[in-house]
Amino acid sequence: MNEIEFLSWVRGPGFQIATIIFVAGLIIRLGETLLLGRKTNLAEAKGSEMSSGLRTIASRMLPPDMETFKRSTFTVTAGYIFHIGLFVTIFLFAPHILLLKDIIGFGWPSIPTQIVDAIAIVSIITLLAILAHRITDKVLRYLSGPQDYIVWLVTITPLVTGYMAFHRLGGSPVTLLALHILSVEVLMVLFPFTKLMHTFTLFLARWYNGAISGYRGVES
Amino acid sequence: MSASLKKGISALKEQVDSTVASFFSSCVHCGMCAEACLFYTETGDPERTPINKTEPLRRIWFSEYTLVGRLLKMLGLAKAVDEQLLSDWETLVYDSCTLCGRCSMVCPVGIDITDMIRKTREGMAVAGHAPNGLIGATQRAVTIGSPMGVKLPALQAQIGHIEKDTGMTIPLDVEGAEYMLLLSSMEIMNFPEFIEAVAKIFKHAGVSWTISSEAFEATNSGIQIGVSDIAAELVQRTVDAAEKLKVKTVISPECGHAYMAIRWDGPNLIGKPFNFKVRHILEVLDEFRKDGRLKLSGKEVQKLTYHDPCQIARRGGVIEEPRNLINMFADDFVEMPDTGKMNWCCGAGGGVSSNERADEIRLQVFQRKKDQLDAIHVDGIISACSNCRIHLEDGLEEYHMDMPVLSLTETIAEQLEEN
Amino acid sequence: MTKDLSRKDRTLGEALRNQGISRRSFLKFCAATASMMALPPSMIPAIAHALEKARRPSVIWLSFQECTGCTESLTRAHTATIESLIFDSISLDYHHTLQAAAGHAAEAAREAAMEENDGKYLLVVDGSIPLGNPGYSTIAGISNLDMLTDTARGAAAIISVGTCAAFGGIPNAKPNPTGAVSVSDIIKDKPIINVPGCPPIPVVITGVLTHYLTFGTIPELDHLARPKAFYGQSIHDRCYRRPFYDKGLFAETFDDEGARLGWCLYKLGCKGPSTYNACATTKWNDGISFPIEAGHPCIGCSEPHFWDGGGFYKALSMPTENISKTAVYTAAGAVAGAAAVGVMNRAKKNKISESHEKVSIDDLTR
Repeated sequence: MNEIEFLSWVRGPGFQIATIIFVAGLIIRLGETLLLGRKTNLAEAKGSEMSSGLRTIASRMLPPDMETFKRSTFTVTAGYIFHIGLFVTIFLFAPHILLLKDIIGFGWPSIPTQIVDAIAIVSIITLLAILAHRITDKVLRYLSGPQDYIVWLVTITPLVTGYMAFHRLGGSPVTLLALHILSVEVLMVLFPFTKLMHTFTLFLARWYNGAISGYRGVES
Repeated sequence: MSASLKKGISALKEQVDSTVASFFSSCVHCGMCAEACLFYTETGDPERTPINKTEPLRRIWFSEYTLVGRLLKMLGLAKAVDEQLLSDWETLVYDSCTLCGRCSMVCPVGIDITDMIRKTREGMAVAGHAPNGLIGATQRAVTIGSPMGVKLPALQAQIGHIEKDTGMTIPLDVEGAEYMLLLSSMEIMNFPEFIEAVAKIFKHAGVSWTISSEAFEATNSGIQIGVSDIAAELVQRTVDAAEKLKVKTVISPECGHAYMAIRWDGPNLIGKPFNFKVRHILEVLDEFRKDGRLKLSGKEVQKLTYHDPCQIARRGGVIEEPRNLINMFADDFVEMPDTGKMNWCCGAGGGVSSNERADEIRLQVFQRKKDQLDAIHVDGIISACSNCRIHLEDGLEEYHMDMPVLSLTETIAEQLEEN
Repeated sequence: MTKDLSRKDRTLGEALRNQGISRRSFLKFCAATASMMALPPSMIPAIAHALEKARRPSVIWLSFQECTGCTESLTRAHTATIESLIFDSISLDYHHTLQAAAGHAAEAAREAAMEENDGKYLLVVDGSIPLGNPGYSTIAGISNLDMLTDTARGAAAIISVGTCAAFGGIPNAKPNPTGAVSVSDIIKDKPIINVPGCPPIPVVITGVLTHYLTFGTIPELDHLARPKAFYGQSIHDRCYRRPFYDKGLFAETFDDEGARLGWCLYKLGCKGPSTYNACATTKWNDGISFPIEAGHPCIGCSEPHFWDGGGFYKALSMPTENISKTAVYTAAGAVAGAAAVGVMNRAKKNKISESHEKVSIDDLTR
């Protein structure tokens, strides 16, 4: 297979397969989670579940209290940096917006490529630091299994291959682009079967947390 | 003698609902919950990471309720819940957790880890993996009516002393009273001044109240050991008594988990709403304050702080009320660093203090509370849970700190204007 | 046909002087050629000397499945350019479009040139070679494959001019009905220089020839056997519209505001980032313009399989299938699947609830 055939495959059937697995996996995972349902709370409420749940979705996105921040400084800081970095590189970069516009029908303004570039580098470095932290911290070492490391790899690879493809570092641009697209397809395929699902399920989890606490009159 | 692994697994299966599934799907292994749990921060043992404590429940969720998990289970590739796991997890789920809820507050993806540890106990208990101390307490609670074995005569004796000393009558079984007070065995045996204080305050406020001789126990071992059926049985006794006496409101006393048991879990345990209200004694006192029924004359001059009992504050929602009350009489009140809903657990709730095996760790983790106190240099601590009170006293003694632990209700009673 | 030996024996320098080209003009050409090939100025005398003394080598030009565009590009003979004069000075012994002879005489000229210059002649090929059926393209009844292998045997080097000869080109595009392949797919034992483009820029061809005449060697080639001097950089890296790409300013259609303002054409499918050629610097028609400057996205014509790159008006990074349709259909099916799994989960829970035995204190111990 020559490189343009490789690129044509990842742009064509590859992307379709990845989309099918991603969409089907996502919906089935969300369905099997939500459809379990939960019992109605029969106690006398002190606060509203819906508004508390929504508030927690937003508030858990904000930095925690000072004591918690002091105790988990690296996790919180690195978490913010690479999540924001992923958001910017995926959703605010012109070629990606073009792609999304083609799929969902509308786009939005992009930010200059040099800024996205710099943010990509910062995100890559941060992810490397995160791996080092996961390997050295005793709690994380205890908690982590193969899935944590695979997901890390599958997350950093699109960033690295994207950077390389954009800068045409090391080899033919066609091959680099194909590898980048392929790495994203791998991410899409593994997404529904790993902790990457938190991207969607955290809205449920935070809502439930806020609802449960809010029912009792506590802002969580 | 019929606990079994099979029952345990079945119980765990029953616990999985959409909240559990959402929570387990979202965990990214960030480890922040460890840093929020005093059982980790004061011991450094990574196994005590809160989310790790839920491993038995997680395995059941995965292999029973996810498509991928079911497939892997069919291929024999899913991690199972076995005797070894439950045995290893006993000290994590019971000895090293007070269900304080701090982990649930910091999880960035919003997992209510506490709720899931509580659910994990359902499986552990019927598999025979609950601590002996808790099992004994539960057996006594069911058969005798109190985990400490306190029967009506003991209560009557305490009541007798109070009536003799103060001349007040403690109203027993008064039908149509507005409030029905519950009492924890701890208060009856160790802090009977609480009963006296309540009597004094209600008389001062001019509000009718009563205690049921048939169901006066506030504590609920079923909640602590984690068996909803037993908890329901205990709650039903209170419900029957409250309905029999046709009271408007049942009062949960200065006890932590009792409030959770009767106020928030109660109707869900028995499967129908109550036709009476449930309030914590502090909520009732705060109502009196708002209605102008509390007139205090004295002031506390010593520097005081307030320890928020976890089940009342963070898990219960009674956070502002104690402060409103304290501000009535305290001249020099300072909050602990990390206060209100983020206050640190004393280390003894959730069944830990009923578990002799956990005595050592319970005192070890008191270091966290000590560090909080050391930062503010107070003369005394106020609290509103007898279990916290006893443990705070134990801890202060262990760490050679000399300061009184005051009951908020008792302090209010002391400061009442004499009529 | 008589052989004009005197013309053949004349050196390039003599030929140019004969045409009235001053030494000054000639040196200017050598300097321009040197700079285009990124050679230092010190090489200019060497180029001048070599070219002057260059015996007009025999060049045999084979045209296979081609459109003659490469020849057209090369021989823009309206103006008396130096390039076309140089061609007076190469002994172009066989070229379908340009030769005077036809029929048997033309083939005889080719065979004679091959015999006389055995091992020394330059073979230039344009057009692809069909392997599907030799009948698809024949010359004088000889299949392209046979003529190529035959003629290549005595060649010193081969230059594949145009994307068809270099990579298979348009005939090679799906479904490739003739089984078209490139020269390098067939000839494995001769040095081959690929000069792709559809067509290639004229001065790129003459630059390569000049290099060969000067040094007698093949210029430095990239991994696709293209001279790095002309194919070492992408259009994207040298495009004058690059600042717009970097700022995220794109033309969305061919006649919108952005297009009128000359914004980047990436969204309209420009293959500039992955296309290596000299168009953005050397340009076409003696440096007048190139496709992007004229408002059309680069189609990547100097790259292999450019015709199969998923469409000229779709960027290379875009999916070729209808992803939103795929997603919607998948979602519809998945909702049904999720409902099924949900039912399974509920059924399991209900079964367990129904078989729930009330727990008593006896169940707490073994």
